[in-house]
Amino acid sequence: MYVFQSEVIEEDEGTLHMNVGPSHPATHGTLRLKLEIQGEKVINCEQEIGFLHTGFEKLGEYRSYNQFVTVTDRMNYISPLNNNIGYALAVEELLEIEVPQRCKHIRILLAELSRVADHMFSMGAMTMDLGAFSSILWAFVEREKLYDVFEAVTGTRLTTSYTRVGGLAFDLPDGLEDRVRELVDQLQDTIDKLRDSFLENPIFINRTRGIGVITKEDALNFGITGPIGRASGVPYDLRKLRPYMGYDELKFEVPVYEAGDSYARYAIRMDEMEQSLRIIEQVLDRMEPGPINYEDQKHVLPDKEQVYNDMESLIHHFKVVMPGGQHGIQPPKVQLYSATEVPNGELGFLLVSDGGASPYRVRVRPPSFHNYQVYSKILKGHMIADLVTILGSFNVIAGELDR
Amino acid sequence: MSSDLITLQPEHRERVGAKLQELAGSAALSDAVESPNGITLEIRAAATFDFLKAAKEDPELQFEYFIDITAIDYSDYSEAKPERFAVVYTVLSPITGLRLELTAYLAESHPQTQSLVPLFAGAGWCEREVFDMYGIRFAGHPDLKRILMPDDFDGYPLRKDYPLKGRGERASFPVYEASEGHGRNI
Repeated sequence: MYVFQSEVIEEDEGTLHMNVGPSHPATHGTLRLKLEIQGEKVINCEQEIGFLHTGFEKLGEYRSYNQFVTVTDRMNYISPLNNNIGYALAVEELLEIEVPQRCKHIRILLAELSRVADHMFSMGAMTMDLGAFSSILWAFVEREKLYDVFEAVTGTRLTTSYTRVGGLAFDLPDGLEDRVRELVDQLQDTIDKLRDSFLENPIFINRTRGIGVITKEDALNFGITGPIGRASGVPYDLRKLRPYMGYDELKFEVPVYEAGDSYARYAIRMDEMEQSLRIIEQVLDRMEPGPINYEDQKHVLPDKEQVYNDMESLIHHFKVVMPGGQHGIQPPKVQLYSATEVPNGELGFLLVSDGGASPYRVRVRPPSFHNYQVYSKILKGHMIADLVTILGSFNVIAGELDR
Repeated sequence: MSSDLITLQPEHRERVGAKLQELAGSAALSDAVESPNGITLEIRAAATFDFLKAAKEDPELQFEYFIDITAIDYSDYSEAKPERFAVVYTVLSPITGLRLELTAYLAESHPQTQSLVPLFAGAGWCEREVFDMYGIRFAGHPDLKRILMPDDFDGYPLRKDYPLKGRGERASFPVYEASEGHGRNI
């Protein structure tokens, strides 16, 4: 059984053993650090994770393909829509089906809005840890507006569960496009504000420049992806590497920094949000009415209206939903790995199918798990105050870290 | 900025596949198969480390971006597999954008293979997770202990013979006896 005693555990010859977490405001989740410090300097650090382990991968083996969408919400709970989309895409690749154009556009729109919400929140929280309080309020106000949009689209704010295998739960509500266009301008203002207030601020520069440097070699060796990897000079973005859902038709840049410090990790997210806004505007221009679900109802839940009024659709609905035996979506017996670019990096799903209604094995490759491992290595030699800076710039989400 | 991004270059797939096949030599259990992401290959578990080291250091291949290590328990699978456990390694080559998905099978009687930590630092936690969930041991791992489950946990939860519920639930949590007059009637 775990026993967490006082903060200070023991003291010998000037070295202090200190415990941080697992429930500490600066850890933004359930992370535990065992530190050895001399004065204010961290000389050794051991990370302990697993406090939020919920067995998602085991659960996936007992749930149907559509039921697992609800589980993906709970992985990265700052940007659940990205997880929904990544998972739906993996199953669609398993079934070898391609969703209609409108569905792709809606997915890209929501993925990018969600990316902005994630970066906005995580960087606001980082600056709050550094002592700036206004910035998190600016960021929270914008995130709130974004969550209002998600609520209008999906019906919920956090556990969105918006995608279905081969499509979406429902179409966008009327007038959403205009609302998003209006929001994009407001978001741009806030990004400018967050950028101007910090990137040339001497206090911020002192506290982040050269703090927590990840070398390019380390980034490759540890499998660090996403903005953290790109801030260290790894030019890796899955939206460009394998342009899923039609990202290749859209014009956007992928910012890459070489410094690899906390400053670069902050700055890169500001650039990425701007690029996301560019993508959103392009998608809004291209969006046209049309079907949102794949037409073959053997794999995809039919529209509710059809289920109520059409015998065949009702049968298909039952076939997809009923458990056991010959029912459910039955993909071919293959093993498939599909990855998408979520705000924290590469979110991959390894699906192994045995031909049944549930996957035989679901492996989630969470970005936070691979990103966070390097933390104890780069923390050594820094001050205690830098601990929160680096942790804030990582944006570790315990839900996907521990699954 | 985006001109030097890692991009997928499918025209190299055939050449890289042939080169990998050559590196694997007699240790390969299958032919190198071209997949949407890159190349998949099955290999003898004993040769995994040397093969991945060669693939990482070869100047034409440069599979130096560590992506993932995971495992699959094939004991309930409808098709026959060489052994019960499969360990799946994924690495990526920044120069070609291709992924190498390598599978090594391990016998139920002796689920042990060599650790990749000297090659890829990121393998540390992945191997701990595989050990935690499947009981597969990695020789040469500097700190092989449970990572997600509690240290005193019994069993390996992602094995197919481990039930979804009903075993070991909350066993390590303290149980409080209700005191006189304050107890709940259940």
